Amino acid sequence: MLRLFFHTQLQLGFAQAAVAALAALAVVFLARRRQIHLEAETLIAMARGLVQIIAVGSILVILLRAPRWTSGFLLAGMIVAAGATSARRAKGMPDAFRVSAWSIAFGAGSVIALMTLIGVIDTAITSLVPVGSMLIANAMNTNGLALNRFRSDVLAHAGEIETALALGAEARNSVSPYVQASFEASLIPAIDSLRSLGIVWIPGLMAGMLLSGARPVYAAIYQFVVLAMIFAASGLTSLSSTMLIRGRVFSPAQQLLLQPGRS
Amino acid sequence: MTTTCHDDKDMSPPPIPESVILRAEHLGRTVQDKILIQDANFELKGGEVLAIVGPSGSGKSSLLRLLNRLDEPTSGTVFVEGTDYRNLEPQELRRKLGMVTQRPYLFPGTVAENLQFGPAQRGETLPQQAVEELLTQVGLKGYAERDVANLSGGEAQRVSVARTLANSPLVLLLDEPTSALDEAAKLEVESSIQNVVRNHGLTCVMVTHDLAQASRLAERALLLKSGRIVRDGSVGEVLHA
Repeated sequence: MLRLFFHTQLQLGFAQAAVAALAALAVVFLARRRQIHLEAETLIAMARGLVQIIAVGSILVILLRAPRWTSGFLLAGMIVAAGATSARRAKGMPDAFRVSAWSIAFGAGSVIALMTLIGVIDTAITSLVPVGSMLIANAMNTNGLALNRFRSDVLAHAGEIETALALGAEARNSVSPYVQASFEASLIPAIDSLRSLGIVWIPGLMAGMLLSGARPVYAAIYQFVVLAMIFAASGLTSLSSTMLIRGRVFSPAQQLLLQPGRS
Repeated sequence: MTTTCHDDKDMSPPPIPESVILRAEHLGRTVQDKILIQDANFELKGGEVLAIVGPSGSGKSSLLRLLNRLDEPTSGTVFVEGTDYRNLEPQELRRKLGMVTQRPYLFPGTVAENLQFGPAQRGETLPQQAVEELLTQVGLKGYAERDVANLSGGEAQRVSVARTLANSPLVLLLDEPTSALDEAAKLEVESSIQNVVRNHGLTCVMVTHDLAQASRLAERALLLKSGRIVRDGSVGEVLHA
């Protein structure tokens, strides 16, 4: 229907974005009626997301003609931004940005590097940057989930943790159950994506490949490749961030720093 | 060589002064300009039972948390058997100054598994007989294999006491151990503490807002007001002055 009113691709794109944003705002409105206030966060996130993706789209136009090595810089910039974004989910946790950035760099970075070296990811910017960004974005989400869950668990179980400390447990052992739970919970979306692949959803990458004329079976296999890489990158990121953050919620004298009412 | 009765009397060893196990020196903690504890100075001798009393918010629990370094002092320090506790490994310090919290926070599993927790941190296993003895001390003989999920509040707190004793602490720190319990459970726990502390001569620091309980269990008391020790003496002197 929109095509009747908007004749250029750009106009159509903005119209489609407006309609999709309205659907998202409807959810915000429904949440508000239940006294859940997501207005500011959602509006800012949507505006930021739109501006950022348009900026990246414009940069990609330039990068398509840039030398291959520039993709490394772009991916490094994405990792830093991803670290900053997911660190916000770990409010009150010491060193959250550094832990997030290093973990995403380790998780997503090592998978991107290895897969590019082996030849699973093409070195062309048009392939490396979009696929790399998918791994980084998913690693960011996993990292945010892991840190958020760990923070909630530590706050909810401060009494148990201090009891373990008071009985002579080492700090890192006193939070082991919550490290494990955070790691498992953070990987649920990645596992569910793999499990439901092709049945519940046909991911965008595969749809794009089909539209650009790739053979359907190859598009399907490559989609599995990407999801497996996402799982690997997310798993390594979560493993790293939960291991790094568990020591940082304690002082050098093994006192629990993250406590209800103090964070 | 012979000795007379008089000589015998002279040669008998002089009474050994009770050794100081714990000494707090100028101990204080301030958080974001709020004084929680200020310049606390006191000593605790072996076998002594000390009650820390005072109104709500006076800093009783804060002082106890400073003693086993669950919180860091912002001034002063604590000496444990003459050693500045900042020179002790936190695990070793907390094993020596065993703490029982207001809520028992038992770990999922059996009562015996909870008692094994402390020794397991040092790679040790508590013999079954020792588990039974500890449970007998707190009036829970035969409870070893029970799931902690099925215990009453009073039973859980007594397991918590036994679990702390499984570490063979030098000093037992009790943070209002009966305040979350009903009257019957409170008396059960108090009786267990009395048995452990009185009959086994364990040195003990107990935070309580219950003055009657303080006079039943302790010999000496510290009165705290706004983070400062305002009175230190026998329970009678402190509570009835």
